Amino acid sequence: MSTTSTVSDLVSKPYQYGFVTDIETEKIDKGLSEDVVRLISAKKNEPAFLLAFRLKAFRQWLRMEEPQWAAVNHPEIDYQNIIYYAAPKQQEKKASLDEVDPKLLETFEKLGIPLSEQKRLSNVAVDAVFDSVSIATTYREKLAEHGVVFCSISEAVKDHPELIERYLGSVVPASDNYFTALNSAVFSDGSFVFIPKGVECPMELSTYFRINSGDTGQFERTLIIAEEGASVSYLEGCTAPMFDTNQLHAAVVELVALDDASIKYSTVQNWYAGDESGKGGIYNFVTKRGHCRGDRSKISWTQVETGSAITWKYPSCVLQGADSVGEFYSVALTNNRQQADTGTKMIHVGPRTRSTIVSKGISAGHSSNSYRGLVQIGPKAVGAKNYSQCDSMLIGDQAAANTYPYIRSQQPESTVEHEASTCRISADQLFYLQSRGIGFEEAVSMMVSGFCRDVFNQLPMEFAAEADKLLALKLEGSVG
Amino acid sequence: MIRPDADLLLDIVDLHATVADQPILKGVNLSIRAGEIHAVMGRNGSGKSTLSKVLAGHPAYSVTAGSVRYRGSDLLDLDPEQRARIGLFLGFQYPVEIPGVSNLEFLRVATNARRGELGKEELDTFAFEDVVRDRLKVVQMDAAFLERSVNEGFSGGEKKRNEILQMALLEPVVAILDETDSGLDIDALRIVAGGVNQLATPDNATLLITHYQRLLDVITPDFVHVMAAGRILRTGGKELALELEERGYDWVDQELAVLEVA
Repeated sequence: MSTTSTVSDLVSKPYQYGFVTDIETEKIDKGLSEDVVRLISAKKNEPAFLLAFRLKAFRQWLRMEEPQWAAVNHPEIDYQNIIYYAAPKQQEKKASLDEVDPKLLETFEKLGIPLSEQKRLSNVAVDAVFDSVSIATTYREKLAEHGVVFCSISEAVKDHPELIERYLGSVVPASDNYFTALNSAVFSDGSFVFIPKGVECPMELSTYFRINSGDTGQFERTLIIAEEGASVSYLEGCTAPMFDTNQLHAAVVELVALDDASIKYSTVQNWYAGDESGKGGIYNFVTKRGHCRGDRSKISWTQVETGSAITWKYPSCVLQGADSVGEFYSVALTNNRQQADTGTKMIHVGPRTRSTIVSKGISAGHSSNSYRGLVQIGPKAVGAKNYSQCDSMLIGDQAAANTYPYIRSQQPESTVEHEASTCRISADQLFYLQSRGIGFEEAVSMMVSGFCRDVFNQLPMEFAAEADKLLALKLEGSVG
Repeated sequence: MIRPDADLLLDIVDLHATVADQPILKGVNLSIRAGEIHAVMGRNGSGKSTLSKVLAGHPAYSVTAGSVRYRGSDLLDLDPEQRARIGLFLGFQYPVEIPGVSNLEFLRVATNARRGELGKEELDTFAFEDVVRDRLKVVQMDAAFLERSVNEGFSGGEKKRNEILQMALLEPVVAILDETDSGLDIDALRIVAGGVNQLATPDNATLLITHYQRLLDVITPDFVHVMAAGRILRTGGKELALELEERGYDWVDQELAVLEVA
């Protein structure tokens, strides 16, 4: 009898990014206090305004409580048992890649992100973040010729403090929620992008986040500013080693689009998800928000969420400028014991603002996958339009899929459309494809990519095929 | 067409199989040579559909004894997709719908899997469109069906025509058609049967699994086998089907009772 299509053989294909790089790391002691916040700021030689920002956030955090409304379960997080700063012991960021520790370069090479000059992805500039710090940013000079700033946020604090002071926390205030307050207090690094007026960024920008240390939290901060008429496409990718303890990842991403500017932000999230029994994995508690501040501006989120033990994430758009456009395209895949509660918020403030939501949730194994989205039409948003489509695919009979759409409209002259569907990959469908000579994995991949096509079409071309493969890999053995 | 010296394509010997630990096939023997058309008839629950699924390699069925050789080598060792690639085809009684997967792309990937096995070059989208348009004529299908998702929203007759279209593209050596006539009106039946007849050659063979005589009015079998309780009880020529039509299946029960006592 054939064996290829039985569950046990294919389940738990090892997570291929689960290795740990053996590198000397500078860590501070576990625990969080005002002194720790001051220490992080001091280590980074930050200006006074930033220390004040951190301390204010920390004090707010102390008074806040962890949100409980998401459809996820986890044991209580001990915030005093986390290390808030870890960095490979290579203090100064090197001017040239030749000086970067070869172990780090090798790590990123293994992850499929070559940083060295000759092997770089053509037409994609990469900022590589290892634990708490950015270790290299490629193509900086070429981008600078166009006036584009692409660097780590720590460098931006040094080189462009006026931009940081003006924009940091202007989209996601520190007090927005428990995790944004925490992030604002202790964030270590992340990426900064500034596209000046009228400039179309000449290449894809990309940040690759890698958690390496076992008991470290990762708190990155990303800030992207597109001035009038500017445009940029940005992609982030993430992986982490396999540890059997949970790790906290609480990032904040802020996007600002002025008049006629456009920002496309894509994520391929593949943090370690824990093993089949749910041991280990990343708690991915992330706040991402874009502010369409200018008229006719556009912010588009595309996310492919495949990793993490728990994902709690709602990339949102505040559509303030008249005729501004917000988009959210999402594929969220959960397998084994993973839990995802993800979706978006489209806040229509200005007149004739438009938003589109396309969400595809795939749940396999014993996982739970919820779409949670809010469409809010304010009193001034005359002629606002929203279209939402939320589809779920169930694989096997132990997984759960939920949809929680919230619609609040204070403007009668607006339209909101919502469509939802649920389907299932069955053993019979797979057998049908196999009986036509199509291998098991290709059969799963065909069905899943068919389901996700509307979202994958939004990804930058270099990554669409990757996303396809990643999903097929994640699903191996989940159908039988 | 019966030629005693024709190649032996499928040789089923004492085949036993279970589903969910329930024995269904209890010693099936059947030999199929090139050029032949066989019909397996029997009541619901006689094991005839199980036979087709076991031959195609459905994972829910386990073979507990016996052997199946395909052109001299062990078939049961192979995954379903390998069986398809070497030329075994199962036309489903209830073809499933696969939303989101384009019928055209599905047909192309399947065809290329078979072509790869035959050492032929892969067809790209453009080359394949020419091939598929030509094959559509076999089942008088509209090209619009290619643009839809696999079987999604197809009527019963359209699904069966899509099955025969796949058969026309894959050019199988042994085609097993499971209740291909069920749910078809008389026009659709003629079209489907016409397709099967067109595709029959001296080098391939067809195994029809059916409940009724009416399919055999349009496709003439060389052999008719009557299946009951997981075995082939009797084998004859096409006249056996007529006898069944006339006398019903009750005499099968009597023969079976005699057999059980013995």
